[in-house]
Amino acid sequence: MLEIRNLHAGINGNKILKGVSLKVNAGEVHAIMGPNGSGKSTLAQVLAGRDTYKITVGEVLYQGRNLMEMPPEERAREGVFLAFQYPVEIPGVSNTYFLKAALNAIRKHKGLEELDAVEFLQLVRNRMKLVEMDETLLHRPVNEGFSGGEKKRNEIFHMAVLEPKLAILDETDSGLDIDALRIVADGVNKLCRKDNAIVVVTHYQRLLNYIVPDFVHVLIDGRIAKSGGKDLALDLEEKGYDWIKVEYEKTAELA
Amino acid sequence: MISTGEKTVWYQSQFEMIEKSLNGEASGNLHTLRKVAMDRFNELGFPTTRDEEWRFTNISPLTKISFESPLASRQDGMTWEDIERFAFGTENNLVFINGRFASGLSKSEGIPQGVIAGSLATALKLNPELVHRHLGRSAKFEDNAFVALNTAFIQDGAFISIPDEQSVNDPIYLLFITTAPGPTFVSPRNLILTGRKSRLSIVERYASLAEHQTLTNAVTEIVAGEGAQIEHDKLQDESLSAFHVASLFVTQQRSSTFTSNSVTLGGAIVRNNVSAVLDGEGCECTLNGLSVATGTQLIDNHTLIDHARPHCASHELYKAILDGKAKGVFNGKIFVRKDAQKTDAKQTNKTLLLADDATIDTKPQLEIFADDVKCTHGATVGQLDDEQVFYLRSRGIGEMMARDILTFAFAGDIVERVHVEGLKHQLESLVHRKLDEGRNH
Ligand SMILES: Nc1ncnc2c1ncn2[C@@H]1O[C@H](COP(=O)(O)OP(=O)(O)OP(=O)(O)O)[C@@H](O)[C@H]1O
Ligand SMILES: [Mg+2]
Repeated sequence: MLEIRNLHAGINGNKILKGVSLKVNAGEVHAIMGPNGSGKSTLAQVLAGRDTYKITVGEVLYQGRNLMEMPPEERAREGVFLAFQYPVEIPGVSNTYFLKAALNAIRKHKGLEELDAVEFLQLVRNRMKLVEMDETLLHRPVNEGFSGGEKKRNEIFHMAVLEPKLAILDETDSGLDIDALRIVADGVNKLCRKDNAIVVVTHYQRLLNYIVPDFVHVLIDGRIAKSGGKDLALDLEEKGYDWIKVEYEKTAELA
Repeated sequence: MISTGEKTVWYQSQFEMIEKSLNGEASGNLHTLRKVAMDRFNELGFPTTRDEEWRFTNISPLTKISFESPLASRQDGMTWEDIERFAFGTENNLVFINGRFASGLSKSEGIPQGVIAGSLATALKLNPELVHRHLGRSAKFEDNAFVALNTAFIQDGAFISIPDEQSVNDPIYLLFITTAPGPTFVSPRNLILTGRKSRLSIVERYASLAEHQTLTNAVTEIVAGEGAQIEHDKLQDESLSAFHVASLFVTQQRSSTFTSNSVTLGGAIVRNNVSAVLDGEGCECTLNGLSVATGTQLIDNHTLIDHARPHCASHELYKAILDGKAKGVFNGKIFVRKDAQKTDAKQTNKTLLLADDATIDTKPQLEIFADDVKCTHGATVGQLDDEQVFYLRSRGIGEMMARDILTFAFAGDIVERVHVEGLKHQLESLVHRKLDEGRNH
């Protein structure tokens, strides 16, 4: 579904991603972990089409197409979804209005009829239950004044309504309380199907107890320094990142 | 260069023509006022950019136009169908064509007994004492050429008077429409008197039936009685060839609440003056404004809030969306007098620039003579937020639409403050349409 080949990206001449390669197949769950500032969010934003980051080397294929040539809205319409680490506040635009515009743009792209107000509301009510979101958040301006946890829950609610093929969740667990974490993770699991894939960026192994990854990747200084199965997350929890850095540097020297 | 004197000659000659047509009436109180005002206008002349109050607004284009005589521009054969698109439903519409009250087009079914709502010309005949007690009381023209000019040409306008404790539930709409095919000069003069604990929502709308040059020079005086709750909304969507100067003067008595929402979409050069005097304790004054300008439009908003008494609050939010080569001006004066302790005044001016060539000149002017007060002001000028645009696009919304949504949200903040539903609905679509037009330029 997604193939990232030797991706280099940065901003103002400052290199952030220094050769990331990653392959994600339909039906898989991948976790990306790594120290602060290692480039996880940059990778996520680049995949969603944030053009402040310049891609210098490498390519990204999504469903066989060159993802980097598609504007952000086209990526979304083709099924790419990014749950932001810092969801953006949009004063003056209600959550429902925003979502309806987004959903209908996606449906139109797929050649489906736009939903009318009633159909949309039905869908939204149903999806709200999935993440147990409070109805008042629907009518408030997007993310404005939402608590940290409410913002994260809202991102997953958007995901539930838009039903992406490739969902990238950037630290959706940070800021969620213990119950909310379980609810949101359950919601994500219910959205998992054979034909879609999820990439979760997280600092905590706890989330991975709920959303069990098939692969865990460790991003250090703009490179994937190590990949493994779900047990790798347990090792990281216990030992931190230093040992991977040491190990990675050794292999780099050998090579 | 044309001297000030030459520019005012045409107005003087028009004044004399009107004077002749008045016959016997030329000796009354009103005409004395007109004459003093005309003399003052001749002395002042039109302001230039050397005048501090007009530094950023060059009105010389409008002083070069030869308008048709106000006597010539009449309202012949207009029907409701001609103006329906500017109306807000059929209740309580007072219609003015080229500055003159059109009784045949006006409706006042929703106006309660005891309330006077009609033309100023009629009120001058039926209630001359009441009118003269207030006319020109707050709209001083000594230092204001446009108010002097308006006063010199007082003919008609709206007169509304509400007795104590009377609520007018349905808003009263004042529709000022210019029709003449040639350049037209109109001077609507409105006087609104509201009694103790009365309630009123009033909407002034200025529109043109055709794309022609007009100079609308309007003055509205409002007296908000003790404890009265008044909302005054103004929508200016005249043609893009129109020149528009409007001055609103409000005097607030004790514990009154006054809100002004002023939306400007049309006009080549528009200048709105709003002056509120908080002349009793416990008043609340809210002034909101929205300008949406495209092409080469110039929209200038000047506000003055005079905190003359203690324990009053004022809130001010003016927003502008400027596209193309449009120019915006905002000048917000807040005056806190020595005795006006415990004043709470807040002023905010926000501008969204949609194009590189659009500009804004913004200036807060706080003059505070009391010591125990809270006064804040802030101005922001910026473009659409890239992060917000990206967030919307990353959910599938196209770039154009994302920009539209965010731009409208910026404007919606003011539109939502309008409590008159009929106006609010029209504003939503008018602002949308205006933004679309700007984009298609
Ligand atoms: N817009 C930007 N301008 C300047 N530097 C940036 C920008 N975006 C990212 N960076 C830098 O790139 C590096 C990687 O940032 P990124 O947000 O991708 O890290 P991260 O792995 O997501 O970290 P965290 O775990 O703290 O979220 C950081 O050093 C950051 O300061
Ligand atoms: Mg991050």
